[in-house]
Amino acid sequence: MYDASLSSGAAPKPRGKSLLVQDARTRKRNAAEKRFRAYGMTAILIGLFFLVVLAVSIIRSGVPAFTQTVVDVEFTLTEEQYTAAEGELFKTKAYEGLLIEQIRDTLEARGLEVAFDAGAIERLLGKPGGTLREHYRANEQDLGSPVSFKLAAASRVDGYLTGRVTREALQDSRFMQASDLDLIDALVSADIITRAFNWNFITGADSGVDNPGGAGIGASVIGSFFMMLVVLALSLPIGVAASIYLEEFAPQNRFTDLIEVNISNLAAVPSIVFGILGLAVFIQFMHLPQSAPLVGGLVLTLMTLPTIIISTRASLKSVPPSIRDAALGVGASKMQAVFHHVLPLAMPGILTGTIIGLAQALGETAPLLLIGMVGFVARGYPDGVLAGFTEPNSAMPAQIYTWAARADASFYEKAWGGIIILLIFLLTMNIIAIILRRRFERRW
Amino acid sequence: MPILWLFLIVSGIAIAGYYLGLARVMRSAGGDRRHMHSLPSYYGGNVAIKAAVPALLLMLVWLLVQPMIVNNSVSALIPDSAIADASSRGLVLSEVRRAADGMDRALAQGTMDASMANDPQADPDDVTSRLQDAGAIVTSQITQPVLNAAQSYRMQNQRGNQFMSGVVIVLALLGALWGLRGAQADFRARNVVESAVKMLLIGAASIAILTTLGIVLSLVFNTIEFFRLYPASDFFFGTNWAPSFSGRGGSSDLGVLPLLWGTFYISLVALAVAIPIGLFAAVYLSEYASNSVRSVAKPLLEVLAGIPTIVYGLFALLTVGPLLVSVFGRDGLGIMQAGTAVITAGLVMGVMLIPFVSSLSDDIINAVPQAMRDGSYGLGATKSETIRQVILPAALPGIVGAILLAASRAIGETMIVVLGAGAAARLSLNPFDAMTTVTAKIVSQLTGDADFASPEALVAFALGMTLFVITLALNVFALYIVRKYREQYD
Repeated sequence: MYDASLSSGAAPKPRGKSLLVQDARTRKRNAAEKRFRAYGMTAILIGLFFLVVLAVSIIRSGVPAFTQTVVDVEFTLTEEQYTAAEGELFKTKAYEGLLIEQIRDTLEARGLEVAFDAGAIERLLGKPGGTLREHYRANEQDLGSPVSFKLAAASRVDGYLTGRVTREALQDSRFMQASDLDLIDALVSADIITRAFNWNFITGADSGVDNPGGAGIGASVIGSFFMMLVVLALSLPIGVAASIYLEEFAPQNRFTDLIEVNISNLAAVPSIVFGILGLAVFIQFMHLPQSAPLVGGLVLTLMTLPTIIISTRASLKSVPPSIRDAALGVGASKMQAVFHHVLPLAMPGILTGTIIGLAQALGETAPLLLIGMVGFVARGYPDGVLAGFTEPNSAMPAQIYTWAARADASFYEKAWGGIIILLIFLLTMNIIAIILRRRFERRW
Repeated sequence: MPILWLFLIVSGIAIAGYYLGLARVMRSAGGDRRHMHSLPSYYGGNVAIKAAVPALLLMLVWLLVQPMIVNNSVSALIPDSAIADASSRGLVLSEVRRAADGMDRALAQGTMDASMANDPQADPDDVTSRLQDAGAIVTSQITQPVLNAAQSYRMQNQRGNQFMSGVVIVLALLGALWGLRGAQADFRARNVVESAVKMLLIGAASIAILTTLGIVLSLVFNTIEFFRLYPASDFFFGTNWAPSFSGRGGSSDLGVLPLLWGTFYISLVALAVAIPIGLFAAVYLSEYASNSVRSVAKPLLEVLAGIPTIVYGLFALLTVGPLLVSVFGRDGLGIMQAGTAVITAGLVMGVMLIPFVSSLSDDIINAVPQAMRDGSYGLGATKSETIRQVILPAALPGIVGAILLAASRAIGETMIVVLGAGAAARLSLNPFDAMTTVTAKIVSQLTGDADFASPEALVAFALGMTLFVITLALNVFALYIVRKYREQYD
């Protein structure tokens, strides 16, 4: 009652501020808070958006490289036709004539009337006669029975089917004429032109500038593989040895300081400068062969060493001193303590760092441009292991660059396809590194 | 492959020495290892190290030095008159090397016999046709001086290789004997082996110094050579970049300013993209995001840093460029001529740099002590006010360091600008113009069949030197800032 009488005595003053109603200033501050948070969220979303765009454009533009347009014909060659064709002066021409007849028959059987000549077939298929002749000369038992041939179509057929070459934009040339498009349409509706998986892209070698359809990345994968062998064989032992010295033995003096400053600076030197080093020292000065995976491997080794040294030192540091003390306590020398106890315990971390360093080296392009790995047309696999190191070859990123720099737009598709393969390699390496880290990581 | 064989022989000697050493020390200790100073394997290792290390080192040095000596003596054989006007000594020498390799090939295939390969009076035309039969790549007709030089080149290399094999094997055997003499029970093998291993470790660590030395020397010597042919003041202050393509014409304008401007402009655009996005992402990740969001978003953003730059280059050339042209080009606003432009390269490079800025800044923001946040909240500040007025100022030196590192990365970036920025060197303010950078010009001047003695090729080394100095200065400055202000809040 007392309370009530008191409150009734003095009329309640209108409060300036209620906890339930926000004043203008608080509203402003809260809005600012919300805005700030939204900025952060937007930034993350923009970053992820770019990642998605990148992934989508790689996949959308790269996947067509893995398929190719093929002309799928069932072809029967009788014994008599074979001997007759082999007896002619232009043997492959004779085979071509037979093929054309067969295609005409197939089209007529489906009720499609298209006029075409040998020239049209050559524009679509290149020179199919040679392939046919080779097959029958090698497999004479196939004579008389139907054989299904998948003949690679020219890149412009590909372009027409994917929309790169349109009927309106097409100008008659020796590569393709407007009448050929009718033939292509007919062949497509007769299921003779289909798409098939392009093994040649994965296993084959680079083709010349005039044949985008035949270009493959296989030879440069081999080149990259030999380069990575060099990098692994040199950078792992050298990197581990250097880290062991710096982490376990080095006294605090000027020489050690100099090495440490050098390593941290080398880690930040632009990769192209390593290319200049490779060109000046390995090629001009030592006369090692240009474009050889050996030279590429040496340059990339120098580039990866700082990465490997930094990660190896971190994993050596994470081995607790009690391990060393225990080893020293039972009479091991310092060297024995390090090599028998510390190093094995640090090995998972070292391997993880090495794999990540290798993955970086695998994707590096700029230094390879300078040692001549670009523009070199790797037309085949190296013959033998030693030749793999010393003979000119290309590497995956250099090959991609070569394709991207060519004038013919149909090579761009190959470049994207090459990127898919490169990224698959990188992804695999990184996943292995993550698994290694998860399985063997030890918390002390 | 004689070098491989030599390597295998030396390794064989070392392995044999290892077991001989073991056997000998066992005999000397009377078959009881308790009488030895060290474990038996150290005695074996002592022999193996003494056999292999000096021999292999000698082989390495020999392989480096021999080509230089041979090249010099062969170069002296070629009279000036044998060098055509359009050619140079370097080109003739590589022709000599090709001819010599071709002779080896022809000998192996039997299209040429040994007496002909060594006969100085041999008919050059005949030799050329035989080499071409053997599939050797000889660009043109071999002349008499080239033939003689090639023969002398082969001869010297052969003799050198034979001599090297002999000396290396003898050295390996001597080393093994020296080690075997020490295989006595009271010899302190462990100490000797361990100090040798330590020397190897020091050698491995010194490779970092050697690499830096190699970079600096190869840049400095070639840059000096360049400045002898082309005045330094014209290089540093020239505003026109127009190398002549005729090969050895003296009419090139090689001013670095347009290239530097292109480099800085593109880097500026890239940083303008990367800094806001990266910083806000870092702030959000470290201050707002829940653990689950953080554990997904952070690795995903870092994927952007792991993608090879060639992928970004292609992305700029084939995706971003055409997209920008369709908006700003002739069909759109009409201010962009082609897909390759400053804005294209800058934008893509900015995307690449986002994780550099965000990851480093994230670590730095996390390192700001929690007490500072709590103090600010206690005074009634909101989260964003705390971040803006307390955390960011505290983390500023680190963030500046991160940005400087990103800038140095942007300046040294090659593939994106080679593919995305165009090739025209110009001083312009329009971001929709094509411009070029220092790195892109290093690539274009050093690829192809350039003659390394011409100023047009040597300029690339001067450009490399400029690039090296700028990035080094940025890195050192960044590290200095980070180190100087790092401990302030600990």
